[in-house]
Amino acid sequence: MLELAALSITPRGGLPLFAPLTLAIPPGEVCTLMGPSGIGKSTLLDAIGGHLSPDFTLTGDIRLNGQSLLPLPAESRRVGLMFQEALLFPHLSVGDNLAFGLDPAVKPRAARRAAIEAALADAGLAGFYSRDPATLSGGQRARAALMRALLAKPRALLLDEPFSRLDASLRADIRRFTFDHARAEAIPTLLVTHDASDAMATGGPVHHLA
Amino acid sequence: MSRAGRGLRGVVLVTTLAGFALPILAGLGLTAAAAFGYLPAIGARTVSTQAFSQLFAQPGLAESLRLTLLTGLASTLLSLIGACALLAHAPRVTRLLPPLLATPHAALALGLAFLLSPSGWIARLLAPLAGWDTPPPLATVNDPLGLALTLGLVAKELPFLLLMLTAAQNRLPVRKYLTLGAALGHSAASVWLKVILPQLYPLIRLPVFIVLAYAMSVVDMALILGPGQPPPLAVALTRWFTDPDPAMILPASAGALLLVALIAAAIAAWLLAERGLARLGLLWLRRGQRNRHLSLAPAALPAAVLIGAGLFALLLLALWAFAFRWSFPDLLPQSLTLRGWMRGQWAAPALTTLALALATTTLSLLLAIAWLEGEDRGHLPRARWATALLLAPLLLPQIGFLFGLNTLFLRLNLAPLPAVIWAQMLFVFPYVLLTLSDPWRALDPRQIRAAAALGAGPLRRLLRIKLPLLAAPLLSAAALGIAVSTAQFLPTLFMGAGRVPTLTTEAVALASGADRRAAAISGLLLAALPLLAYALALSLPPLIFRHRRDMKAHSDA
Repeated sequence: MLELAALSITPRGGLPLFAPLTLAIPPGEVCTLMGPSGIGKSTLLDAIGGHLSPDFTLTGDIRLNGQSLLPLPAESRRVGLMFQEALLFPHLSVGDNLAFGLDPAVKPRAARRAAIEAALADAGLAGFYSRDPATLSGGQRARAALMRALLAKPRALLLDEPFSRLDASLRADIRRFTFDHARAEAIPTLLVTHDASDAMATGGPVHHLA
Repeated sequence: MSRAGRGLRGVVLVTTLAGFALPILAGLGLTAAAAFGYLPAIGARTVSTQAFSQLFAQPGLAESLRLTLLTGLASTLLSLIGACALLAHAPRVTRLLPPLLATPHAALALGLAFLLSPSGWIARLLAPLAGWDTPPPLATVNDPLGLALTLGLVAKELPFLLLMLTAAQNRLPVRKYLTLGAALGHSAASVWLKVILPQLYPLIRLPVFIVLAYAMSVVDMALILGPGQPPPLAVALTRWFTDPDPAMILPASAGALLLVALIAAAIAAWLLAERGLARLGLLWLRRGQRNRHLSLAPAALPAAVLIGAGLFALLLLALWAFAFRWSFPDLLPQSLTLRGWMRGQWAAPALTTLALALATTTLSLLLAIAWLEGEDRGHLPRARWATALLLAPLLLPQIGFLFGLNTLFLRLNLAPLPAVIWAQMLFVFPYVLLTLSDPWRALDPRQIRAAAALGAGPLRRLLRIKLPLLAAPLLSAAALGIAVSTAQFLPTLFMGAGRVPTLTTEAVALASGADRRAAAISGLLLAALPLLAYALALSLPPLIFRHRRDMKAHSDA
């Protein structure tokens, strides 16, 4: 369960970005946050993921499975993140991108390779281990990025308008693919979007930041 | 400011303070103390201004000061005008710059001497017309007015300023300005002078001052191309510092302070002139003239010719290094030989140069990475004091603090080789860090966040994501580090106490000798080493990442 308790974010010397926010996302639920540009939706995701710039102060609490995330650095929070772009690391092959995300507890080497191959097959990318990420289509990149995030066994998933750059036909596919995986793995997921159709597709609650 | 990375920042802070700030301050302080008569090592313990009286009594001092000011200001101004004209009129020339940018001053000076001297290639070309059978009795290098030195400095600094201008230009919508200006009836030259340059100049003001400070304190190029009796002040100071009579150290130290003051005065005068020019430019613009017949070609042409001459000088260096017989007035050697190379006198200085370059560059890169990573982890912008610390060795004349630094290193009982490495790093590290800073900051922070979200801690993010993504800028910074280290003359001369001969010290020493081939071999190797480093830096990333298409953008960065 991902919980935000009276969470408020204030830029240095400024006013709070939005009214204190309280919400709870149970495992497998995809909750949507909507709101006008500049209100701080992405900043909120930064705060949850542990990437908040020191130019902001935060009040309230962020809890995951009952534990406060605030004292933890980003890498210890196990909160997965997806952006508008897939942001596959351009110097690594598709498979090595997934290997970067794969939980180090998965051993030995053969088991790691098998886990990655299975994830690639799941994403319709079987045989793509050695491919250059630059040669993938937009949809393939989005699926590879999701697999990379899931292999890290996240306890929560943050989606920062990850479908906004995809064309309409692909968008519905990738959206379904992402939400199905989040539900199947019981990951509480927070989606930030401008698009009402994204919000409707989640089948979950929709919050408006104000 | 974040608490993250405090330990790393602490280590970097202590290292830079102990390794850079303190030695420079101590160097300046000990030189200043000697200037005021306090140098216990030679028994001088009475604080007085006698050293200054001695300095002002030196024959030819006024002429040395005049030469320093004139060659420094003229070469900087001509380099700036030439670079601006080329950028506006012939930007393709930038493709020819890499060899000149990479070549150390001493090597280019040697090549230019082979071009300009009375027995040089230009005299050979003119010989049939002028009827010369022997080299003409003209002072075309080492001339008393310092014209050859000015020309040499322009040949080296114009490419540097053009590179800086090209980088700065990318931040402005130059094409749109030109289109807009043309639509308003202005000539391209009018748009350049009234609209583009006033915006570009502030972006390269600092490199201009670095060039000015360097030109006023250069020693190696001045020894090869400049006048000897009297020489520019920095050369005179070098002679006094290395005079067999240790008492000369006192007036030399006073002269070092005088040079610092002279450079500060020149920069102040330059700033004043800038303001005056800016006002005049505004008046010109307000008159609304379109200046349709104005062209920058008259400045671009000589600048392009000088760049061509610089490149040709490097070719001459290569020819002399393999020439067997090459009598005046032949345009080409009668025969080529490897005899000079077989003697192998170049091997030890070449190896020492390479070892120094690798050591200083590796240490500088490691420190620069630690510095930038510390800034990253603390979410810190660069502090003003840090920028000042980085720029100090580039704006201060080397001779202003190297003697004091040498005194300090002697007290620390430092062996010559580590002392040279330390002294060279004062100049290598700032260039490496400044070159690496922009690409480092241009890294997409979301890549790093994505890595952190996947559970990668700071060290793994650095080693697996940042450094590979920055492979091309890291290699470029390393190549620059090698070029800067290779070019160092005074730090090697002072700290090495003559026991650390490098290609630069050899090239300068051999330049005044009779054996042109030996000098050419040193000069050619001196030019080749940084060029090779740049060639590797440019060719390795595409090779390593040949199967990663998106890394091309990172390589081009």
